[in-house]
Amino acid sequence: MLLGLLLAVALIVPLLGQPYYTRLVARMAIFGIAALSLDLLVGYAGLVSFGHAAFFGIGVYCAGLLPMMGVQQVWVIVPVAMLVAALYGALSGLISLRASGLYFIFITLAFAEIVFYIAQGLRMLGGDDGFRLPAPTLLPGGASLANPVVLAYTMLAALVLAVWVARRLSESHFGQVVVAARDNETRLRAMGLSPYPYRLALYMIASALCALAGVGFANLVEYASPASMSWVVSGEFLFMVILGSAATIVGPVLGAVVFVGLEQLLSAVTEHWLFWLGIVLVLRVLLLRQGIHGLLAGGGQR
Amino acid sequence: MSMQALDQSEAVQTGAYDRSGEAPLLEVRNLVKRFGALVVTDQVSLSVRPGELHALIGPNGAGKSCLIGQITGELRPDAGEVHFRGERVDALAVPERARRGLARAYQVPRLFGSLTPEANAAVAEISRQRSGFRFWRRASTDRALAIAARAALDRVGLGRVDAPDPAGRHHPRPAGLLAHGDKRLLELAMGFASEPAMLLLDEPLAGLGPADSAAMVSLLRSLKGRYGILLVEHDVEAVFALADRISVLVGGRLIASGPAALIRTDPRVRTAYLGEDA
Amino acid sequence: MTAGLVLEQAFNGLQFGMVLFLMAVGVTLAFGVMNLINLAHGSMLMLGAYFIAAAAQKITAYPLAFVAALMLTAVAAVLLEVVVMRPLYRMGHLDQVLATFGVSIAVNEAVIMVWGREAMFVAPPDWLDGTVALTETISYPLYRLAITAVAALAGLALWLLLARTRLGMRIRAGAENGDIVGALGVNVRLLFIGVFVISSLLAALGGVMLGPLIAVQSGMGDPLLILALAVVVIGGVGSLKGALVASLAVGLIDTFGRMIWPQWLGDVVGNIVANASVYILMALVIAVRPSGLYGNHAA
Repeated sequence: MLLGLLLAVALIVPLLGQPYYTRLVARMAIFGIAALSLDLLVGYAGLVSFGHAAFFGIGVYCAGLLPMMGVQQVWVIVPVAMLVAALYGALSGLISLRASGLYFIFITLAFAEIVFYIAQGLRMLGGDDGFRLPAPTLLPGGASLANPVVLAYTMLAALVLAVWVARRLSESHFGQVVVAARDNETRLRAMGLSPYPYRLALYMIASALCALAGVGFANLVEYASPASMSWVVSGEFLFMVILGSAATIVGPVLGAVVFVGLEQLLSAVTEHWLFWLGIVLVLRVLLLRQGIHGLLAGGGQR
Repeated sequence: MSMQALDQSEAVQTGAYDRSGEAPLLEVRNLVKRFGALVVTDQVSLSVRPGELHALIGPNGAGKSCLIGQITGELRPDAGEVHFRGERVDALAVPERARRGLARAYQVPRLFGSLTPEANAAVAEISRQRSGFRFWRRASTDRALAIAARAALDRVGLGRVDAPDPAGRHHPRPAGLLAHGDKRLLELAMGFASEPAMLLLDEPLAGLGPADSAAMVSLLRSLKGRYGILLVEHDVEAVFALADRISVLVGGRLIASGPAALIRTDPRVRTAYLGEDA
Repeated sequence: MTAGLVLEQAFNGLQFGMVLFLMAVGVTLAFGVMNLINLAHGSMLMLGAYFIAAAAQKITAYPLAFVAALMLTAVAAVLLEVVVMRPLYRMGHLDQVLATFGVSIAVNEAVIMVWGREAMFVAPPDWLDGTVALTETISYPLYRLAITAVAALAGLALWLLLARTRLGMRIRAGAENGDIVGALGVNVRLLFIGVFVISSLLAALGGVMLGPLIAVQSGMGDPLLILALAVVVIGGVGSLKGALVASLAVGLIDTFGRMIWPQWLGDVVGNIVANASVYILMALVIAVRPSGLYGNHAA
């Protein structure tokens, strides 16, 4: 219901003709998708990835690079971005999923750093500074994602689709195995199921979904740079997931909305908003044990 | 009486239950496991025949759980062989052995704590029918899954356990919030749910009160004959009531193995183990 | 590549490796003893650097400024432990990652609020400003040698503390088995503060000494922290020996890599490989040994 209300507001805002708020809606939808994709790993599979921004960045760079080759169509850019992200997810997941706990957190960070340094080392693409998007992504029919209203509605549609897919996925046979692996790996093995292939598949799905958000982000800021995949971004994604409360579909989306709102609000009030953001993060962990969704749902449920 | 002598006499002695002619379901040959200088499994050989309930008893620290671990694949033996249904399995990983029909119930229940008991059992069915890579179909509305899961829970007599939420609506209680006795039953049900050929039970009576304990014993009795069972248990009375055959493990070595009646009177078993309880 | 250049790079690699060790050992101690993942550890290095920069403006005698900077860091560490870290010890890894990440964001911004966005520069003390002749043709900055020496001394002092004192025995017992500390009848609260302050001081020592070599600015500790995390993973979480071996290996591989890879693979690819080499090494180690070289922790 809450999500429906938010969606209703989000659908009305772009009609008001205020570019700032329209872009805000687009931004929330984009980070909603990213947080949702990370929650598939953190919440449902118990895999705390600290390198999810790598896949976001892959999406950003695909949206920036393909127009250089004359490709602007969304139905090429999005599949290519998702495929590249899924491939890197497979490659890095094959190794990182062998590790667990603390090691998994750090090795996902390491794999993200590798992508970061690749992007930073591409001097023809501006290196550390990145580059301006040569042309926006185009929808079938020619509507451009450079138009905030088009972008906002496209990303909202993508978010709704992502929520639906994530929900079905989490309730499927596959989803049950993934949750079971989180709850008790030993038992799952004794039942004849090795968690590894399921986690790997989920890792690839989550990676691909995050790249979709990245494509949206590139069109929002009309820019691609290594900063979009820095470890700070990975941390912010985790924050969104936990802010809303993990292992629910609504939670991370809510977390992304609150995070983006907080970011805008704080940065309007003070130049040093990052300081306060950090404090909020600490307070969230120390004081608000169940996340915003848990708080709203009356605290009893996860 | 030596171990060999016990084994030979058993074919003659076992009256009520005699399927000794059948090929064993599980056969462990000369298993050895060391942790540093400590030998926890010392040249252990034993077998379980189809439908047989073979109990493994011994004092604390005798290496019973280590032996079970080597059979399921959680521990790697240093020497020796494990054969299951005529196939050598000691190089296989835990899930591969499980898929061949070797199930285990743990001493401390290992459940999927956030899932309902039904969903717990459903995961076993997903494993059995290998449908873990179905991404779209809802597990909760899958009739085949629900029927199999209910059957697994019914087998141990675990009914639907509901818990009211703060708003007063009833939801199935997640497995992590069940009472200890129910967790035990669910643990057992999870073992059976994948329709195994054999079940390894690690102290199913531990921590149960007298009533739950009696229920568990009669449950185990009802399951006897349908599966090969290797039962590790401290409750000697229950073991003598249930087992077709008993092996006694002391300090990593099998000191005796044979039908219950013989074990009860074996002087070495009495001094080494039963004497403590008698 | 001349022998002299190799020698010079070897000294650079050694120095970098020792600074990494100062960072990594704190990460591994905090995890081993308190079961804490501390992403704010880079902030401690940064605070050390800012404190020496600030102290050097007020105090002309370098040794005094040095001590003042470390003392200020110790105070900050105690505050941080009491207010934020202590409740975290009992929480899950995810909560720890988030809260300490939050601390690092806040501290990174706090130094900007106090000292501004401009980078600060610290001069090395005059009496360390010379060079030492390594060979007849190659000379090496005295200050860099001093860093290696001080870091090695700090490592030695830590080793003596851990190996020869009662406090050290308790810390080691805690690092190997967190539950044991309480059983030893130790004041766990004080022990944890002690360990946290020691780890913070080691990181700050790195920052204090790096001050004159790199620009003192917000976020300067983060790349080093991430490298130190890689070191800890490569060496094996909780293993001090692993931290030392991996630090030196990473220091040398990184330093030589920056020289070798661009020559072999060309400018662009070579630089990328040089920058990412530590993480590639880490991935290889984890692929072969999922709990690091000397790790036995089920982390």
